Amino acid sequence: MIATLRDTCRQLLRDGKVDVVIGYGQDPVGQAFSLSDSTQAKCLGNDRDGPVFPVFIQRPEDVEQLVWNDRCHANLTVYLKRPEIRALGRPAIVVKGCDQRALVVLEKESQLDRSQIYVIGMACDGMCRPKCETCDVHEPRGADVIIGKSASNMTAISADQRYATINAFLARSSSERLAYWRQELARCVKCYACRQVCPMCYCPRCIVDKNRPQVISTSATLKGNFAWHITRAFHLAARCVGCEECTRVCPMGIDLRLLNLSLAQAAEENFAFRAGDDPQAEPVVGSYALQDKESFIQ
Amino acid sequence: MSETESFEPKIIAYVCNWCTYLGADLAGTNRLEYPANVRIVRLPCTGRIDFNLIIKAFEMGGDAVLISGCHPGDCHYTAGNYHARRRWMLFRQLLEAVGIETERVQFTWISAAEGKKWQKVVEELTEKTRTLGPYVGYREVCEANG
Repeated sequence: MIATLRDTCRQLLRDGKVDVVIGYGQDPVGQAFSLSDSTQAKCLGNDRDGPVFPVFIQRPEDVEQLVWNDRCHANLTVYLKRPEIRALGRPAIVVKGCDQRALVVLEKESQLDRSQIYVIGMACDGMCRPKCETCDVHEPRGADVIIGKSASNMTAISADQRYATINAFLARSSSERLAYWRQELARCVKCYACRQVCPMCYCPRCIVDKNRPQVISTSATLKGNFAWHITRAFHLAARCVGCEECTRVCPMGIDLRLLNLSLAQAAEENFAFRAGDDPQAEPVVGSYALQDKESFIQ
Repeated sequence: MSETESFEPKIIAYVCNWCTYLGADLAGTNRLEYPANVRIVRLPCTGRIDFNLIIKAFEMGGDAVLISGCHPGDCHYTAGNYHARRRWMLFRQLLEAVGIETERVQFTWISAAEGKKWQKVVEELTEKTRTLGPYVGYREVCEANG
């Protein structure tokens, strides 16, 4: 699989079809970390292969840096929004099935021109992340090329399975839920890693950075943290594709996906909509239907 | 018992300028009496009612929030209330997940001719909030450390 990936990328760069390949790489030239062996063993455990980094490859001879293994969990589509990456020229991007959904949403929201991006889809049987347990897209849809073949037989995942975590959480009483978030969000240091890593958080100026008026208290107190996390989750309502990068990168280990899941569930139950599933579907927020059914408005 | 009796709920009402505000106005000109517990905030349209306003109301000591605008099909801006309706359908679920009591957030449609309905809705919500008691949950969280 890795040989095919490297060959494909080499060819793309050689032919000038793309200017940069956004992919997973391993410590590009062995210098990203100049750690002593003992430190490395301590920090990276016994995983001698070390962590996986995003790499931006511009020369055909550098494709050897590309890797593909079960640590490629990052969602690289986030880099498509960065001006410094855009400046590199036309990109090819390595995506998994889950990441590809982000491309669908971004295209629908006019954030990218699909014809200007070469999508390299990797067949994936899971990366040992929580999201992989309920994954039903092992081979990316709508990719320009698919590398590898998924061994898992794309069994349909029911909504019950998909939302088991959130249903279990919602089974608690509302005061228990508030107490849970109170305990969790007390740890939040407002590093905004959850925002930075999210492919959908592409606003040039985020609402938390605006201070006239200051809608969200900026200090990392419970008040500010609740306001921020409610805002973050709701701004992703029916847009979040469930890549769970926010949860993965949270340095405080806050289970942010619960909030995202609750909104994904609401979107699926009320509007039979899953973000990134159907390129033709109108986004839920930003459109409306006369026959929307609710039961709580008197 | 005396404590619950002396409790006067604070209700923040976010209403649209074109229907509910005029409905409340009509209630006034018709001399309909309704509890003074409601504080009306007039906004151009239900589509303008940001979810942060609901959070803010609880942050600042509201015991209940009332949100009201034109009936479906009657929006002054054609579709503001349809957009709002969709957003609330999603937002209610987020409130649930966060653990904010959704029974304290009431949504209604009240037209400019429904002064009577305005009176009824405010009376009912005030009564309901009185039974529920003061909302300390979220406010307590916000006041916990600054």
